[in-house]
Amino acid sequence: MEFLEPAFMQRALLAAVLVGITAPAVGIYLVQRRQALMGDGIGHVAMTGVGLGFLMSASPVWMATLVAVAGAVAMELIRAYGRTRGDIALALLFYGGMAGGVMLIQVGGGSNANLLSYLFGSLSTVSTEDVTSISVLAAFVVLVTVGLRRQLFAVSQDEDFARVTGLPVRALNLLIAVTAAVTVTVAMRVVGLLLVSALMVVPVAAAQQLSRSFRTTFVLAVVIGTGVTLSGTITSYYQDVPPGATIVLLAIGVFVALAVLAAPLARRRARAAERAAAECDARCVPATRRPTDDVKV
Amino acid sequence: MSSLVSDEPVISVRGATAALGSRPVLRGVDLTVCRGEVVALLGANGSGKSTAVRSVIGQVPLTGGTIELFGTPQKRFRDWARVGYVPQRTTAASGVPATVREVVASGRLSRRRFGLTTKADRAAIARAMELVGLDDRAGDSVGALSGGQHQRVLIARALASEPELLIMDEPMAGVDLASQEILAGTLREQVAGGTSVLLVLHELGPLEPLIDRAVVLRDGCVVHDGPPPRAVGQHALPGHDHVHPHAADEPLRTGLLT
Repeated sequence: MEFLEPAFMQRALLAAVLVGITAPAVGIYLVQRRQALMGDGIGHVAMTGVGLGFLMSASPVWMATLVAVAGAVAMELIRAYGRTRGDIALALLFYGGMAGGVMLIQVGGGSNANLLSYLFGSLSTVSTEDVTSISVLAAFVVLVTVGLRRQLFAVSQDEDFARVTGLPVRALNLLIAVTAAVTVTVAMRVVGLLLVSALMVVPVAAAQQLSRSFRTTFVLAVVIGTGVTLSGTITSYYQDVPPGATIVLLAIGVFVALAVLAAPLARRRARAAERAAAECDARCVPATRRPTDDVKV
Repeated sequence: MSSLVSDEPVISVRGATAALGSRPVLRGVDLTVCRGEVVALLGANGSGKSTAVRSVIGQVPLTGGTIELFGTPQKRFRDWARVGYVPQRTTAASGVPATVREVVASGRLSRRRFGLTTKADRAAIARAMELVGLDDRAGDSVGALSGGQHQRVLIARALASEPELLIMDEPMAGVDLASQEILAGTLREQVAGGTSVLLVLHELGPLEPLIDRAVVLRDGCVVHDGPPPRAVGQHALPGHDHVHPHAADEPLRTGLLT
């Protein structure tokens, strides 16, 4: 337990645990909506916020949060109202955000080392101030993703249906976007803006290999997320490896291991489904060929 | 079931017009569903039947005309628990695994949008799954179900709020015969209990005996509103594109259902 001694490691581990919990917790809704890469887009946009922080000598975490939230809201509005040019608009937003961030950091007097620490994370430089902001933001994310899980599940499962149940669908969609943006900035110091999306998606994908229900997927994804962020952080203390990359590679390792483990299970399920389909075929009649009126046949 | 039909309309559409882009899809549609009535909305692809239903539940804005639900203008209608909606979908699954119970439970949110699930909620969810014959699959992932079972999950989700009015958009699309019979049975029970139904259908099928009235759309206009066209057969309906080839004058003899 020697790694618990230095104060910087205590801060790093706390930040890592919070990211391990929050990233999959919001990521599961993005995966459910088949927007797995939204986190990546938000990460790009947040870069401009970091740059603004340098330029204005304000806290980069809070500036990144503000800009990421604005970017996520813009993305949600483009998704909801955009028609055919929506993907082009998103591309402009993503790469504009990234380029703007790189530009602003240089203009604001930041170094290349600063730039890299936000792009790929820098756990050892997490300050007490950072830990405070990360804790506050993580509390918000957990409150939303757990407290409103039934509502967010319904909206992410079937938006049309959710609207007819009278749920405030637009507000809930915006809430998911804002929560994702907050999570990106929580994870920024740990895995970096370029790898944030991996922690939102990979633990969820890994959990899916074993689970049948949303609830189990949620719990398992958070457990996997926390497991890999903790072990990645500890590994980087003993070995000279970058923590962000270690965490993401560990998560992918867990995914591959579970996929291999689950393969026989999936095969058995597929065989059972095939049998059921074979039994059913004889009774299925294409709808267009079935007499549906009093015409004599 | 006709004895339960009253004159009080649960859906009342007057002169509805709607457009998708610049193309008019509804051109002055009148549509009434009275309490306890089962109305089928028929028509060829592109006739506007789906748009009509989607405008009733507020998914498509009207450019003209009025819609009332339970006597309340649709824009001010908030009592969505009284309406059960089955969207036109072929799957109940999404990007993350979910059990039959979890999907059906989301239908209960119209009764209790926020707050904890009560014993009554759980009972209603269990009953909805029982009605479509999926209570034994409650803990299974919807991803493992067949096409017909997916449709039954979507209907159970609509029934979870114990609605007075069911609105279904092509509930029989891609459903095998066994599931069609189960769905017809479910619907019969609901109608016997006094539920009003508006459903979009491509053809009447096993639901025919339940249907009180058929409304046929063509190019966004109502061309028939009355008893389901039994005597002539729906092959003679206006707008019905009859495309399968015939060897003789009589319809194809399949021998499957005779």
